Amino acid sequence: MRAFVELYMQLDSTTSILAKERALRIYFSTASPADSAWATYFLAGGNPKRLVKTSILRKLVNLSTTLPSWLFEESYESVGDLAETIALLLPLTPMGTTDSLHEWMKNSLLPLRVIPSEHQAEYLLSLLQKLDSTGKFVCLKIITGSFRVGVSRLTVIKALADLAEIDEKIVAQRIVGLVGINHIPTANDFLTLIQPIDATNNINQTGLPFPFFLAHTIPYDVSEMPEQLGLSQDWITEWKWDGIRAQIVKRGGEIWIWSRGEELITERFPEIANMREHLPDGAVLDGELVVWSNDKPQSFAMLQQRIGRLKLTSKLLKEVPVIFIAYDILEWQGLDLRQETLLKRKDLLNGFINANPIPGLKISPILFADSWQKLSEYRGESRQRGVEGLILKHKFSQYGIGRTKEVGIWWKWKIDPFTIDAVLIYAQRGHGRRASLYTDFTFALWDKPKSEPDRKLLPFAKAYSGLTDAELREADQLIRKSTLERFGPVTTLEPTQVFEIGFEGIARSKRHKSGISVRFPRILRWRKDKSIYEANTLMDLQSFLPH
Amino acid sequence: MRADIIELRPEGLYCTAGDFYIDPWQPVPMAIITHAHSDHARRGCEKYLSNTLAKNVLYKRLGNITLQTIDYGEIIRHRGVRVSLYPAGHILGSAQVKIEYRGETWVVSGDYKVENDNIHQSFEPIQCDTFITESTFGLPIYRWQPQSVIQAQINNWWKDNASQNRTSILFCYALGKAQRLLSLLDCSIGPIVAHGAIEPINQIYRETGVALPQTYMVTQITDKVALEKALVLAPPSASRTTWLKRFGHFSDAFASGWMQIRGRRRIKSIDRGFVLSDHADWAGLLSAIRETNADRIIVTHGYSEIFARYLNEQGFDAQTFSTKFGENHENDDSPLDHSIET
Repeated sequence: MRAFVELYMQLDSTTSILAKERALRIYFSTASPADSAWATYFLAGGNPKRLVKTSILRKLVNLSTTLPSWLFEESYESVGDLAETIALLLPLTPMGTTDSLHEWMKNSLLPLRVIPSEHQAEYLLSLLQKLDSTGKFVCLKIITGSFRVGVSRLTVIKALADLAEIDEKIVAQRIVGLVGINHIPTANDFLTLIQPIDATNNINQTGLPFPFFLAHTIPYDVSEMPEQLGLSQDWITEWKWDGIRAQIVKRGGEIWIWSRGEELITERFPEIANMREHLPDGAVLDGELVVWSNDKPQSFAMLQQRIGRLKLTSKLLKEVPVIFIAYDILEWQGLDLRQETLLKRKDLLNGFINANPIPGLKISPILFADSWQKLSEYRGESRQRGVEGLILKHKFSQYGIGRTKEVGIWWKWKIDPFTIDAVLIYAQRGHGRRASLYTDFTFALWDKPKSEPDRKLLPFAKAYSGLTDAELREADQLIRKSTLERFGPVTTLEPTQVFEIGFEGIARSKRHKSGISVRFPRILRWRKDKSIYEANTLMDLQSFLPH
Repeated sequence: MRADIIELRPEGLYCTAGDFYIDPWQPVPMAIITHAHSDHARRGCEKYLSNTLAKNVLYKRLGNITLQTIDYGEIIRHRGVRVSLYPAGHILGSAQVKIEYRGETWVVSGDYKVENDNIHQSFEPIQCDTFITESTFGLPIYRWQPQSVIQAQINNWWKDNASQNRTSILFCYALGKAQRLLSLLDCSIGPIVAHGAIEPINQIYRETGVALPQTYMVTQITDKVALEKALVLAPPSASRTTWLKRFGHFSDAFASGWMQIRGRRRIKSIDRGFVLSDHADWAGLLSAIRETNADRIIVTHGYSEIFARYLNEQGFDAQTFSTKFGENHENDDSPLDHSIET
C-alpha cells in the first residue's frame, strides 16, 4: 500500500507527462505482478463497485471525532469530495501497514463486502488508522469507487508497452478486460497483459473488443474544407447516429456487445445478441445501437428507457425496438483489420451483409456528394432525419485508438444546437476542482407569454459548462450577492440574469416540471444585454418538439 | 445594558467612545490598522495608527499618510479609552487591538496565526470580555502541520528539482508569506531569486532588523546552470505571464493554507501545493479564543456563520459582523482569489 500511495503522490504532484511516465515505469519495474495488476486496474480507470454505503462513511466521522454532523456537511460542501473530506477530518496517524496493494485489497478492503453493515464503520476505522493522511484519502477513494489520478489510460498503456516491449495496440486491447467493474485483477492478468506476442495470442481468443476509435469535432467552416481536407470525394461521409456506440464481438460461438464505455451490455439488447446465429466466428463490428421504428431512428431519450429499466419486459422490447447500424468491421475470419484502409473494410462489410442479410442489422449508408457544399446540404437535413449531423472518415484511414491522429482522423460535423434564452434561478457549488465556486446552474423559462400578467418562471434544465473561468468567477460573485435562500446545497437566487442555453435533442417527459427534457444542455452565452422579461417562454421551447 | 464598545458601521468597525475605526473599508477621520494587507489597510483616512514595525510597509502600500505608531504593549489614552496593540503573528507589525473602556475590555484580532514562525513576533493571547476574531480557516478540515514539516517538504522539492536542472518556482503572497518562506529555505541548494514585487518588501524586513538570506533579481543571474538550480519566489499574479518564460524547464508550487484542498491546487494547474498559512487553523482559532477567556465572540471574515454557530454550540455567546475583510485582494488569503487565477 505504501508504494502505491507513494506512486499516487508522485502522479498527483506534477503536471508533466514525462514525470508521470517516469513514475509509472519505476513503479511497474519494482512492483510484484499482483500489485501491478491492481495498480493497472485503478490507473486505467477501473473502479470496484462502491464497497460501503455513504452513510457508513458518515458514521465513521461520528465514531472518530466529536464534530456535529452539520459541520461535517459544511466541510464536505467546501471540499467537494467525500473521501477527501473524511481523510481531512479523521485523526492523524502514521503509515502503520506493511501490506502491499494486493494484500491490502484482498485482506482489508474486499472483505468489506461480506461484513454486516452494522460493523462496517468500526472495521473501516481500524483499517484507516493504519494509514497516513494520503493513504486514507487513496483508500477512501477506492472504497467510494471514485479513484482517479491525473494519468490517462493511454499513458498507462504506453508505460506498460514500453516495459514489456510490445505494441501499444495490443496492450490497449488486453487492458479492456482487466478494468471491468466486476473483475478482480490477479497477478496472472498482469502477466497476460505484458506477455510477449506469439502466433497463439496475437488476436484475442476471448470476447474482448478493440479500443474504440473516436471522432474529433471539425474545427473548419465549410468554406475552409476544400483547403483543409481536400476533395470531398476522398472522404467517406455518413450520418452521425444518435445512439449508443458499440462493438459486437462474435468469437467461439459466443457474442458480446460492448459500449464505448467498455461496459458489457449484451443482456440489455437480446434482439442484437440473437445475431450470434447469423454472424460467423472471428468477427467484430463497430457501429451504433439505435431505436428504430416507422423506418427512422428515434430519440436518444427512448433508448435510455432500454438502459434504465431494471427488467426488460416483452412490452418494452416491442415498443422500443433496437437495431445495430454497422459502420465498420474490425475483425474478420479472426484477423485484425484495423491496419487496412477504411475503403477495404467497408467493401468487406458491405459484401458480407448484402450477401447475408441479418435481421436487426443495417449498414450505415454512405452519402455521395461531389462537393463540400452538397455535404453541407445533407447536414442541413439532419434534424428532420433524427441524426446528429455527419461523420467524415478518410477513405484510406486506418482504425486508430481513442483520439489518436496518426493513422487517420474521423471528423464529426454536428448540427448547430437548439438555442433558447433562459433565466438563472438556482445555483449549486461544483465538485472537485470547482468546489469553491458556484458552477451548477438551473435555468427557467416563462410559463406564459409576455402579455400575461401573472406569469411564472418554470425550471427546465440544469447546465454546467460553457462559461470561461473569468465569467464563472463573475457569476459566482453575482450569485453570492443575489442569494435569496439556501436549501441544502442549493441556493435560490433573485432572478436577474439571462443565459443562452444550447441543447442537442428535445423530447416530451413526464418526469420534468416543464413536461420536456432536453439533451446535453449547456451555456452558450451570457446575455447581459437582455432583461429577464425578454427570456423565452415554455411555448417557444415546445415549438422545437418534433411534430 | 451597556452599549457595545465596538459596533459595525457602513465604514467599518467603530469604537463609539473613542470615535475611531479599526481597519475601515471607507475613508474616515481616524483609523487603527491591524496590518498592512490591502483588505485591512486602505487609503483615504485622515489619520492612521499602527504598530511601529508596520510603519515602512504602510508607507509603501498607502503612500504619504499621517501615521502615528506605537510599540506592542504601549498604552495610549484617547477620549477616556485605553488603546494598546499586541502581536498577532500574521505579518510584520501585525497587531491585535485591545480597547479598554469603563472596566470592559475588547480585543480585535485582525488576522492572526498562533504558531511561532521565528521571524514575526508571536501571537499573544489577551484576556478580554469580547473577542472579535477572524475565521478565514474556520472549518475543521483546516489542520496545519508544524512549520518544520512543511519546511522539509519545500526544501526536498527544491533539491529534487535542482538535481534535475529544473528551476523551482514558488508562488506566494508578497507581504509576509514570501519573507517567512525565505527564512525557511536551505540556501545550500542554490540561489534564491525574488520577483520585483517581492524584493522591496524583503528590503523593508531587512531594514526593520529581520535577518533574511541573500536574494537576487532574475537579471543578476546570467549563468544558465545557476538559474536551473534556483528557487524563484513570485506573487500568484506572475503565473502564466511572460516573466516566467525565461525559466524554460520548471516545476511550480504554491504555498498557502488553501492548498489543504486538492481541488484548489488542481484548478491552478500547479505541480505542488504546500500547506503553509499565516492564519490560524481550526484548532488554532479555538485555542486562541479559549485563551482570551472571553464569553462573547464576534466573528468577522471567513467561514463566519459556520464558525459562530459552532461556538454557540460550545457555550460561547457568538455572533457575526459582516465585514469587507478577505475580499478581492491579491495579497490576502481570500478564497475567491485562490479558486481561479486571473
